[in-house]
Amino acid sequence: MGGRLSVVMRWTGIPHTLRVLGCSFVLLCGLGVQSAWAAGESGNPGSGSPQPASPIESALLDLQSDDAEVRTKAAEVLIQQGDASLLPRLDDIREEGSRAVRMAIKPVADLLKNRANLTSDSPDSRRSAAADLAMGGRAEAIPYLKQAAAQEAVWWVRYTMEESQYYLELTAEDPAVQLEAVKQLGELRSANSVPALKALIEAGHAAEATDQHKALATAATAAVDYIESWGWWANIIETFFRGISLSSILLIMALGLAIVFGLMGVINMAHGELMMIGAYATFITQQAFLAWFSPEAFDWYFPVALPVAFLSAAAFGWVLEATVIRFLYGRLLETLLATWGVSLILMQAARVYFGDLTAVIAPQSLRGGAQVMVGVYLPYNRIFIIVLSIVCVLGIYFLLFRSTLGVRVRAVTQNRNMSACLGIPTRKVDAYTFAFASGLAGIAGWALTMVGNVDPGLGQNYIVDSFMVVVTGGVGKLAGTIWAALGIGGLNKLIEPFSGAVYGKVFILIGVILFLQWRPQGLFAAKGRSADA
Amino acid sequence: MPEPIPAQQDRRLTLSFFAAGLIFLVIIPLLNVLPSEDAWFQVSDFRLNQFGKFLAFAILALGLDLIWGYCGVLSLGQGVFFGLGAYCMGMYLALQIGAESVYGSELPDFMVWTQVKELPLFWYPFKSFWGGFLGAILVPVLFAIVFGFLSFRSRIKGVYFAILTQALAFAAWLVFNRNETRLGGTNGLTDFKQLLGFRLSDPSTQRGLYLVTVLALGAAYLLCRYIVASRAGNVLVAIRDSESRVTFSGYTPWRYKLFVFVVAAGLAGLAGMLYVPQVGIITPAQIGVLPSLEVVIWVAVGGRGTLIGAIVGAVAVNYGRSVLTNYFPEAWPFILGGLFVIVVTMFPDGLVGMLRKARERLKAPSAPVIKAEGGTAP
Repeated sequence: MGGRLSVVMRWTGIPHTLRVLGCSFVLLCGLGVQSAWAAGESGNPGSGSPQPASPIESALLDLQSDDAEVRTKAAEVLIQQGDASLLPRLDDIREEGSRAVRMAIKPVADLLKNRANLTSDSPDSRRSAAADLAMGGRAEAIPYLKQAAAQEAVWWVRYTMEESQYYLELTAEDPAVQLEAVKQLGELRSANSVPALKALIEAGHAAEATDQHKALATAATAAVDYIESWGWWANIIETFFRGISLSSILLIMALGLAIVFGLMGVINMAHGELMMIGAYATFITQQAFLAWFSPEAFDWYFPVALPVAFLSAAAFGWVLEATVIRFLYGRLLETLLATWGVSLILMQAARVYFGDLTAVIAPQSLRGGAQVMVGVYLPYNRIFIIVLSIVCVLGIYFLLFRSTLGVRVRAVTQNRNMSACLGIPTRKVDAYTFAFASGLAGIAGWALTMVGNVDPGLGQNYIVDSFMVVVTGGVGKLAGTIWAALGIGGLNKLIEPFSGAVYGKVFILIGVILFLQWRPQGLFAAKGRSADA
Repeated sequence: MPEPIPAQQDRRLTLSFFAAGLIFLVIIPLLNVLPSEDAWFQVSDFRLNQFGKFLAFAILALGLDLIWGYCGVLSLGQGVFFGLGAYCMGMYLALQIGAESVYGSELPDFMVWTQVKELPLFWYPFKSFWGGFLGAILVPVLFAIVFGFLSFRSRIKGVYFAILTQALAFAAWLVFNRNETRLGGTNGLTDFKQLLGFRLSDPSTQRGLYLVTVLALGAAYLLCRYIVASRAGNVLVAIRDSESRVTFSGYTPWRYKLFVFVVAAGLAGLAGMLYVPQVGIITPAQIGVLPSLEVVIWVAVGGRGTLIGAIVGAVAVNYGRSVLTNYFPEAWPFILGGLFVIVVTMFPDGLVGMLRKARERLKAPSAPVIKAEGGTAP
């Protein structure tokens, strides 16, 4: 390839269009020669013959023969000369053929299909084709991978193609090629090829190992070390990411709880169930789209579900405030018990009405993920939740610190009686704030449908952790809640790989208790002179 | 809300205490044994056993009433202490199965399934009855001392304490569900055969357990009354009504809180110990967040701050549950949730409080009631 590139470099005086044309011409010629060379090398003299159709036709016939050797030969011919247009015919043969015939066809069909897919329009299918070619283990795929990699624009797809190419070259006959492949795989930090590299290391340590084997083993050891140390870092980054994503969910939940707690002194145990209402609202919106709109419009259900989830949870919160909570102001523990009762009722209602398990289908744009680095894959739905929590924090910030309602909320939080004397309608502020916090829970539920099933126990999974966040963060400061959510979510995911999810939770509880020894009022306590604060 | 018991009421209380003892210890067991099976007033073996279970729950409720009703500290983790006591007794009972187990092994059945070859070390003390008995009280007590010391000393109170204990219940539930804790995982401990040589399947053993439960409940009630009527009891009520004033008067509230928390934990352990042989199974489902909260609703329904209210509430709610789940199995969570809401918003004094108010009104219909404002600041 290097030679061709240097030829191209010398053409700098020629107009651009011509240059591109010429360039592709040279490339195509080069590749044509290369594939012919590859075909010739693999030792099949018949394949070079000028009749284009007949060898394929006869190979297709041979493929159905009873003789295993004939079948293998035919398969080789097809792999070297065939293309994707043969696939329907191969399928026909496969359907009629015996087990042995099907076994012979499978690698041929897979290779032809993946080879064709290397030039597909979708990056994902190009990438998986490249990965499948490596899995197939047929050296014939190497030139195609090289060609595809040279034209590839998406770095992650190109990476997979190169990885597959070198992976296949590991089994090449030329020791120099092998050695180069080992080095390149190390450079690529290819985690997938670690088992193969380890096999090489073992071969190098075997008693009958030649010098070549030993050299390979040394190179492979270096490569594996490099790959594994990289994998360690990649793992750290992914853990960090998972921690932040869990923190985001906790944060959206805990923000609502903390605002209500700080403002009204209400512990809302039904907050998790308000989240569940948001999730079910999303589910219902999805069902409505399935029933009434065309499939093309289906993905629109998700943005539509956002206001639906927010409003339904907020409406419910409004009703809850008006019917239960307003009678319990100033009686903290009682609000806890009463809202717990409400949460029991809501949970059972969901169980009776919806059954135990319902799932929401993620819209197309949130499926899959982004490969940001080798070994670091970030699912879109998680990124989406992180972004959403940032938006929520900003929204709450503006609402609390840049709006009239916010001024009132803060005033009432600081001193309810004084605010009332100054003419702030405290009861109205309470009602709005409670409804808003409930709506926030609804948004959390809307987002949660992207990462898990919708079930009646949804809220219960998060409520204990969210309250830990509120307790750790302290009441009255947004920053406390944010830091506590990041800390608890991050720690949770950090401990999990070592201790398992269950003991992780236990350690978090112990951690929170010990933390409160040091700061009984949480991270950021509101300063005041009240002895009971 | 309770007032210190005036001296003239004392005699009446003692009388009703003995009357209750007569009913529960003599009359109900006699109604179980004497009449023929089809007499309408006969108490069947099943009912007696069920009643014994309710009375064990009443001991648990007494403990919570002491700490919540009198001291104002809401613990949402009483189920954990109950479970610890129950598991200690359950471990003793499980080791008593011996060669009668399904696999004929000396080890409990679940250890055979989970391929535990040797008895884990912490099971050894429970080979003897005294190990189980003392463990059922001491393990919850020790646990409460550690947890309570850490929380109360650093002045974690009110909702913060409630939330922490709830997290505790949640964590304990998770841990007891695991197989590697060697406590039977989700299935818990069950299939018990004998206690101190008595067959548990025998109705007379169950009758004996019922009597023991009644006696234990009576003792627990006397203990609680003693605590409540003592000087320390007054301090407890004072802490509930205004903790800072108590602090300024030179007391150290956290010591009182810790003491009463530990007593409540011991009572919960005792209740668990009595529960297991009567019901014949203990699983993590008895430990989690919801069972712990149910105790709170028993006390709230009966009337917190009155010892008798805790007992009445525990028996009434559990009886209601056993009847209602028979007819409407899906409705119980609705009813329980509704009870929470209604009792808390409308009847904060519970059944006993309502009765008292009604009686006061009958006695002195025109006398103005002057009551000090006792609410705690948010």
